[in-house]
Amino acid sequence: MRRGYSPFASFWHFVAWLGLVSISVLFLVPLFWMISTALKEPAELMRNNWIPQHFAWENFSYALSYGMWFRWAFNSVVITVFSVIGMVLSSAMVAYAFARLKWPGRDFLFGIVLATMMMPGVVLMIPQFIIFARLPAFGFQGSASWVNTFLPLIVPAFTGSAFYIFLLRQFMRGVPMELSESAKIDGASELNIFWNIVMPLSKPALATIAIFSFQGAWQDFMGPLIYLQSERLYTLQLGLRQFEFAAGGAPAWNWLMAVSLLVMLPVLVVFLAFQRYFIEGISITGMGGR
Amino acid sequence: MATRVTESQPVLTVAPKARRKFSRRRFNQGLTGYLFALPWLIGFAVFTLWPMLYSLYTSFTRYNIIGEPRWLGLRNYENIIFNDSMFLKALENTFWMVIVKTPIVIVAALTIAILLNLNLPGERGFRTIVYLPNVLSGVAAIFLWQWILAPNGLFNAGLELIGVRGPAWFTDPAWTKPGLVVMSSWWIGAQVLIYLASLKGIPKSLYEAAEIDGATGWAKTRYITLPMLSPTTFFLVVTSIIGTFQIFETAFIIAGAAGRDIALGGPGQSLLFYVFYLYNRAFGKVGAGGLQMGYASALAWILFLIIMAVTLVQLLLAKRWVYYETDGR
Repeated sequence: MRRGYSPFASFWHFVAWLGLVSISVLFLVPLFWMISTALKEPAELMRNNWIPQHFAWENFSYALSYGMWFRWAFNSVVITVFSVIGMVLSSAMVAYAFARLKWPGRDFLFGIVLATMMMPGVVLMIPQFIIFARLPAFGFQGSASWVNTFLPLIVPAFTGSAFYIFLLRQFMRGVPMELSESAKIDGASELNIFWNIVMPLSKPALATIAIFSFQGAWQDFMGPLIYLQSERLYTLQLGLRQFEFAAGGAPAWNWLMAVSLLVMLPVLVVFLAFQRYFIEGISITGMGGR
Repeated sequence: MATRVTESQPVLTVAPKARRKFSRRRFNQGLTGYLFALPWLIGFAVFTLWPMLYSLYTSFTRYNIIGEPRWLGLRNYENIIFNDSMFLKALENTFWMVIVKTPIVIVAALTIAILLNLNLPGERGFRTIVYLPNVLSGVAAIFLWQWILAPNGLFNAGLELIGVRGPAWFTDPAWTKPGLVVMSSWWIGAQVLIYLASLKGIPKSLYEAAEIDGATGWAKTRYITLPMLSPTTFFLVVTSIIGTFQIFETAFIIAGAAGRDIALGGPGQSLLFYVFYLYNRAFGKVGAGGLQMGYASALAWILFLIIMAVTLVQLLLAKRWVYYETDGR
């Protein structure tokens, strides 16, 4: 790149830069609008002004008093934490088997892993529901079957996801085989090698998976919608919709935006803290398709 | 290409025939492999393979979960294809989204990625901002867009500035789907980053060689960038189409907004997408055609076949426009 007194190589690069600035502004406006609306008083809602005349912080406490928000937040946290742990551990184990172990049928089964990625979720949705409706929960969370408990949202995570297995396998194949071999000579078991050598070296890929499955579980809507029927078991996503219904026809947008902002906040914080893993993960994702 | 995930060479140990016979070590090795893969093997059997077979069987029956399934043969399929106007409406809406949304998303993502690849100051910041909406999804983001696209909301106020009277978006049957397209162009961050990664993988030497031959900016884009990106474009088109065929959440929430009956599928059924209709048939109220698991399973299999067919056609067409570097193989 040419370096002069200007950071731009040419006039057209400056125009392109202006283009990026406008796109960035357009992309940020909705978020800004959300914050602005959340702090407005009802009278100001119809007056498309950017900055509220008076910051109505009380919107947050009002909105939070109309619903079991703390209960729903707790539910979301429980489901998310367990699904992330399950997803990361099981996907890593399975990826290890496909990347670093030799066993009969391995390549055939890996082909099946890839094939399941193309299966539309809706084909499985109904039979899975029927299975869970038949599995006994013995009164867990007050339910006779797995339906209307957290189990259908957590247990499948412990069997891994084809996509994460694929992503981790690609990564683990890059860890030098010599490390495993020398550990084996020193008498390490396969579980030892997996846990103490390959897992620590796969941290960037594991972080990516943890983050994506966190986002996936936190924002999942269809799963909770199908499986959670009683209000006390709702997640935040279902709670938000419940809150909108409770407003009966005309939602108070300032309240709705206030709680929506709070529901989004955890993912936003995680993104800002770990954006490197988001961005690297996405890039690997795309290349997986090549 | 440099960006491709390089697979480390598999260690090819060709075992001599004599050692092929049973050995304890080989057995243990195989067993370890299966034990590590066990979570997926169980998951595949219980949550994929069995459900698939079960769903196929259910699709030939009448089944409301409470009673026993009753064999119907092909009746569900016949009824869906020949007697179900809601099915046709859902198909029409879904194809509309696939056809309109895909090119817009691809072109917008490519444009932004090319701008990001110019090594301009602040590239990292731009990248973060463009990806940011992707983490702001879920129900909360849908509410936000309903608010922005309200008849006298922010978006229409912006249009007014340039002298355009904005439509009523999510309350006008003709504008609900365009509203969804506007919404989804906020979520193109992932596609942009995927394009950007493959742009960075195009060898500089190609451009330098073209410059020596006197190629201009446009010619370089047309004859180097686009062909080199075509595998990525193909991947993005295929995944975006598969994703759009299964659109559900946004339509479901907007159609059910303000206490409206979800079974109606939004204003004038304009948001009744395929999976949305399928959901109503499987999990909706009994009076509104719900709890028909057999019928819904048949709908699911028809969608599966449509997606397979569309993907297959794309794979065939890909030969004409997707450029793969041959590795001399």
